Amino acid sequence: MPGILRIAYKLLVNDRAKFTALLVGVTFAVLLMVQMASLFAGVLHRSSATIINVGAGMWVMDPAVQTVANTIPLPNYVLDEVRSIPGVKYAVPIYSGAALLKLNDGSYQAANIVGLDDTTLIGAPQMVAGSIQDIFAENAFIAIDDAEFYKLKGARLGSEFELNDHRGRIVGIARVPASSLFGTPTLYTTYERALQYIPNTRFTISYLLVEPKTSADIAAIKARVAADGYLALTEDEFMRRVSGFYMYQTGIGINMMLMTLFSFVIGLSISGQTFYTFILENIDRFGALKAIGAQSRGLITMILFQAGFVCLTGYGLGVGLCAALIWLARARLPDYAALLTLSNLGLAFIMVVVIAGISSYFGVRRVLLIEPFEIFRS
Amino acid sequence: MSGVAIEATGINRWFGEGEARTHAVKDADFRANFGEIVYVVGPSGSGKTTMLSMISGILRPTSGSVRIEGIDIWGLPADELADFRLHRIGFVFQDYHLFPRLTTAENVAIPLVLQNRDWADALAEARKDLEVVGLGNRASLPPVKLSGGEQQRVAIARAIISRPDIMIFDEPTASLDGETGRNIVRFIREKLLSDKRCIVIVTHDSRIYEFADRVMRMEDGKVTGVERSEMNAQ
Repeated sequence: MPGILRIAYKLLVNDRAKFTALLVGVTFAVLLMVQMASLFAGVLHRSSATIINVGAGMWVMDPAVQTVANTIPLPNYVLDEVRSIPGVKYAVPIYSGAALLKLNDGSYQAANIVGLDDTTLIGAPQMVAGSIQDIFAENAFIAIDDAEFYKLKGARLGSEFELNDHRGRIVGIARVPASSLFGTPTLYTTYERALQYIPNTRFTISYLLVEPKTSADIAAIKARVAADGYLALTEDEFMRRVSGFYMYQTGIGINMMLMTLFSFVIGLSISGQTFYTFILENIDRFGALKAIGAQSRGLITMILFQAGFVCLTGYGLGVGLCAALIWLARARLPDYAALLTLSNLGLAFIMVVVIAGISSYFGVRRVLLIEPFEIFRS
Repeated sequence: MSGVAIEATGINRWFGEGEARTHAVKDADFRANFGEIVYVVGPSGSGKTTMLSMISGILRPTSGSVRIEGIDIWGLPADELADFRLHRIGFVFQDYHLFPRLTTAENVAIPLVLQNRDWADALAEARKDLEVVGLGNRASLPPVKLSGGEQQRVAIARAIISRPDIMIFDEPTASLDGETGRNIVRFIREKLLSDKRCIVIVTHDSRIYEFADRVMRMEDGKVTGVERSEMNAQ
C-alpha cells in the first residue's frame, strides 16, 4: 500500500470513536437497504411462484390478468386456435385456483390447486416421494413440500382430506423452486380432476402453456393471440407483469422504495456528517500538509480512500449482517420471504458509493479550500 | 554552498476588497544567505507572517518577486511549487500541527511519504532524525503523550527529514517556557544551521534575539530596519 494511503488509513482507524460511528452508520444503512430490497425481492419472487414452478416457455391468458392468482378463464376454443398457429410446437391447458381443504383433524386449510394437462403432465413438479404416474389414481393429489407444507398437518403418502365433499388422497410429495406468496400449501392434480372437484365458471382454462417451435416464432404467436383478443407472454414477461403489478399498483413497491430511500438518507446523514466532522477536526493538519508540499491530488486520494474504505467495510458488514438475519429468520419462520439477489446487492453498492462520494465531496471541497497560509495565521 | 538563499524584491500583499482592503506588506525587500539565521520580528499585525508566507512559497504576493537560490518561485506552476517546498523548504509551525492519531515517527516520516518514498525506509529515516533531536525513545508514542518542547522537536525532525536548504520557523518559542525556548533555539543554531542551509524565524520573543545573525524589523507592513544581532556581530 502506498505510504500516503497508509497515513490515510491510520488517521481513520486510529480515531476509533469516529471510525466506529462511521462504520455503524454505513453498516446500518446497508443493512436496512438490503433488508428492504431483499424482502421486496422475496415477495416478487413468490408472487411469480406458479410461473417459475411450471416453467412453460409461453403463457396465454386474458389481457386483464395481472397476477397468477387472478385468473380469468379462457374458452376452450382458444386452445384449438393457439394449437393451430404455425409456430406453436404444443399448447396445453393448466388449471390454477384455490380450494378449501378439510383436513383429517377436522380443521380447514386454504390451498392452491394446480391442475396439470392429463395427457402430457406438462409443468409437473420434481417428485421426492411417490411417482408422478400415481397422479392418475383415484382422488390423487401431489403435495408440494415447500415452506407451507406443514400447514397440511403431517401430510404423507396416503393421507386423506376432503375437498368440496370429494375425497382427496396424497399419492406423492414433490418439490418446486418457489413457495407461494399467500402462505397456502399447494397441491397438484390433473386438469380434469381439478375441474371435477372444484366449482367452476363456464370457461375453465386458467392459462394455456405454449411451447414455440423456435424463439423466432414467439413474435408471430404473440401477434396471432393478440389478434384473437388474448395475451401471450414469455415466462420472463409474465413475471415482469406480475412484479409490475405488485410494485406499482399495490403500494408495496412504493413503501419498500421509500424505506430504502430513508435508509439511504439515514446512512448518508450519519456517515456524511461524521466524515465531514472528521475532516474538519484534521483540517489544520491537512493545511499543514499542503504547506509542506502535499499536492491536491494526494490529499484527494487520501480522503477518497478513507471514504471508500469506510463505505466498503460498512457495505460488507451490512450485507453480512443482513444475510445472517435472513438465515436466522428462515430458521425460525420457514415461509419468511426474503431473497438476497445480485441486483439488490448491486443497488445497495451503488447507494454506498453515492454515500462515499457525497461524504468525500464535502471533505475534499473543504480541504481544497483551505489555504496553507491559514496555518501560519493560526 | 554559500551566497543568497532567499531574495525578495518589492513585494506587496493586499487582502480583502473595497473598504476592507488592507495593505499587509508594503513594498518590502528581504534577503537571507546560506549559513545564517534571520529573524523577522515585529508587533502583531506588522505583516511578518504574511512576509514569511510569501518568501516560503505559500502565499502569492500581489506584486514583487521572490527568488530562492535564483529560482523565481512564483513563476512555477502550482504543482511544481508544491514539489519545490516539499524538497527544498522545511516548515516548523507555531502549533506544530502534528497528527495525534499517528505515532511520532509516522509524523516525522510524512514529508518522505509525500515524496513517495517507501514506507519502511521513511520510518527508518524518521527514527534517525528523532535521534538527532533527542527523541529516539519516543518514536512509537503519539505526539499527545509528549511535552510541548518535545512536540516542537518532533516538528523540527519532520522539517529536517527531507534535508531542506531553507528552514522556516513560525514563532518556535511561543508555546514554550523561557528555558525550553532558549534550548530549542540553541539547538536550531548549533545542530541545524550549516553553510548549506538558511534559517528564517518569525518571532515575538526578544529573549532569543541573541541566536540570530540578522534581525529584520517590520511595522505596519513595512520593513523598518535590518540589523545584525549584537551577539553574533561580535
